[in-house]
Amino acid sequence: MADARERAQLSGRPAADLDEPVIQLLGARKVYKSGSIEFEALRGVDLEIRAGEYVAIMGPSGSGKSTLMNVLGCLDTLTHGSYRLAGNDVDELDEAELAEIRNQQIGFVFQQFNLLPSLEAWRNVELPLVYGRVPAHERRKRAERALERVGLESRFANKPGELSGGQQQRVAVARALVGEPTMILADEPTGNLDSVSTEDVLGLFDELHALGRTIVLITHELEVAQRARRIVRVRDGLIQDDDGADPGTSARGIEAAA
Amino acid sequence: MNWAETLHTSWAAVRSHSLRSLLTVLGILIGIAAVILTVGLGLGTQKDVSSQISSLGSNLLIVSPGSSTSTAGVRGGFGTGTTLTASDATALASSVNAPDIVGVAAEKNTSLALTANSTNWTTTVTGTTPSWLDVRSRTLLSGSFITDADQASAASVVVLGSETATELFGTTRVVGQTVSIDSRTFEVIGVLASAGSNSSSNLDDLAIVPQSTAASQLVGGTGSSSVSTIYIKAASDAQLSAAYQEAQAVLLNLHSISDSSSADFTISSQNALVSTATSIYQTLTVLLTGIAGLSLLVGGIGVMNIMLVSVTERTREIGLRKALGAPPWAIRRQFLVEAAILGLSGGLLGAVLGIGAAFLLPGVIGSSIVISPAAVGLSIGVAIAIGLVFGVYPATRAARLAPIDALRSE
Repeated sequence: MADARERAQLSGRPAADLDEPVIQLLGARKVYKSGSIEFEALRGVDLEIRAGEYVAIMGPSGSGKSTLMNVLGCLDTLTHGSYRLAGNDVDELDEAELAEIRNQQIGFVFQQFNLLPSLEAWRNVELPLVYGRVPAHERRKRAERALERVGLESRFANKPGELSGGQQQRVAVARALVGEPTMILADEPTGNLDSVSTEDVLGLFDELHALGRTIVLITHELEVAQRARRIVRVRDGLIQDDDGADPGTSARGIEAAA
Repeated sequence: MNWAETLHTSWAAVRSHSLRSLLTVLGILIGIAAVILTVGLGLGTQKDVSSQISSLGSNLLIVSPGSSTSTAGVRGGFGTGTTLTASDATALASSVNAPDIVGVAAEKNTSLALTANSTNWTTTVTGTTPSWLDVRSRTLLSGSFITDADQASAASVVVLGSETATELFGTTRVVGQTVSIDSRTFEVIGVLASAGSNSSSNLDDLAIVPQSTAASQLVGGTGSSSVSTIYIKAASDAQLSAAYQEAQAVLLNLHSISDSSSADFTISSQNALVSTATSIYQTLTVLLTGIAGLSLLVGGIGVMNIMLVSVTERTREIGLRKALGAPPWAIRRQFLVEAAILGLSGGLLGAVLGIGAAFLLPGVIGSSIVISPAAVGLSIGVAIAIGLVFGVYPATRAARLAPIDALRSE
């Protein structure tokens, strides 16, 4: 991805390091404590995801996939093990630095859409740029472009309450795209949508993948997971099955972006 | 997120619950209005008192017979004796003995009935000298004041207070009319301009006759040479204490008293009255400000309460903002600014209410209220500070929310 290369150059790393996976999880363990009871949600997960991959993480509820998603999204930290995201050791960062990583590297799409009801569509879309300290006039332009990308340019000034569920989720996808993040992390993005809107949003992910975006999708529905190029199955805090640690995928992604 | 955006976001949050926000700031609103009113009332009363006192003549000393400083011996109490005489006044007027004194007027006051045509009116008849007008800082509405010639010939002339003239004749255009005092006929030669009333006496209800006339015709017997009060006018405010020293020395000497603590007269100054009045109003102001401060404290707790509710309500929003990259300080600042906006709104509305009441209330309670811009500015500042102080805890709580917990909340 051009964007990743740019950032890599800015941070002084040689471009050759782009071969490094976007996500590198080694011996990841997460223990939750509730009083005297300990619960191990992740019990040693190794996972690598390369730039341009479209990966579905699948598992029943209680499998640890939500915990995995929180860790990947830098919303939660590991108890043991290490997590490298786009060359950054996430374990060593404090809360403000994590916030910046989330802002720069990750575009979130949630099951509940999580749009702010008082803000117009484009105001919702520009939020990551607001915290990324992008000047106001540029934010508006980029929000417009992102809304165009998801086919909602006509709904620019509508508030979420005036949009259908599918449209709201597309606004959320636009918000995830607007900051040009390293990866899009979608947590059950179709969980609240009817079949038409589901197809709508998944079609959008297909298009984004074709453009070289790295997409990680968390779901419990096989139908949804099958749209991805690679399915990682999680069960009882461990990776049970990973069908496509295909090294060719990343190369394809980079070519597509170039 | 820069300041302008933070302000915009926080203002939108406050506005989205306008009724709740208004109720929240009610405590601060009332507190600020109360502070502005109490300070204004204190200043207003102080102004009233000092203007009343300066209407008596600003650099004035008042000599009264008797003493309140000692219980020893046979001397009469303060204000009761006949120890002051017209010759005391004459001695004080001497520029050799008392260079800092520019005017002296002795008053001999008697309450007498005045009759004009068939109208009766009882008032204070003051026998005094021509210097009275200047010493008491009074002016004439019409006619002329008593003169040295009147004094020398004990003329039967009278100068009336404006209210006295109105009571007797129904008008103040009475120069040339006659009134009878104690069955003697006096010609009205002048009417005094109105001076209002001070706390103890009506300055517009009096009749002034020459001192000699009062002594020979109106107040007979042994009391005729004594005077009720001697007013002394110092050359300036700065010379008031010098004038005080001189007056005391002259009178002690005349009365052959060596020890000032056994003086048979009392000299008081307007400044003493002013400082007594001021200290009373200061005490009152402190008390009322304390009550207003309590109201502000309660208001601040109200702000904190609603901010905590707001943080709980918007847990999801906070979680989302954090997930999208808001660092803790940005969340803290957003809620602090929101609390400050609540404080500021309370302050501004309170100032409007306070200033409005300051215009309406004087008509109802009869004392003036002086709005002090400094007090208004300061109390608005205090209102913002209250919002900030009581916003710290809710804002910190919001900033510390873990994004996953916040996102998960329903």
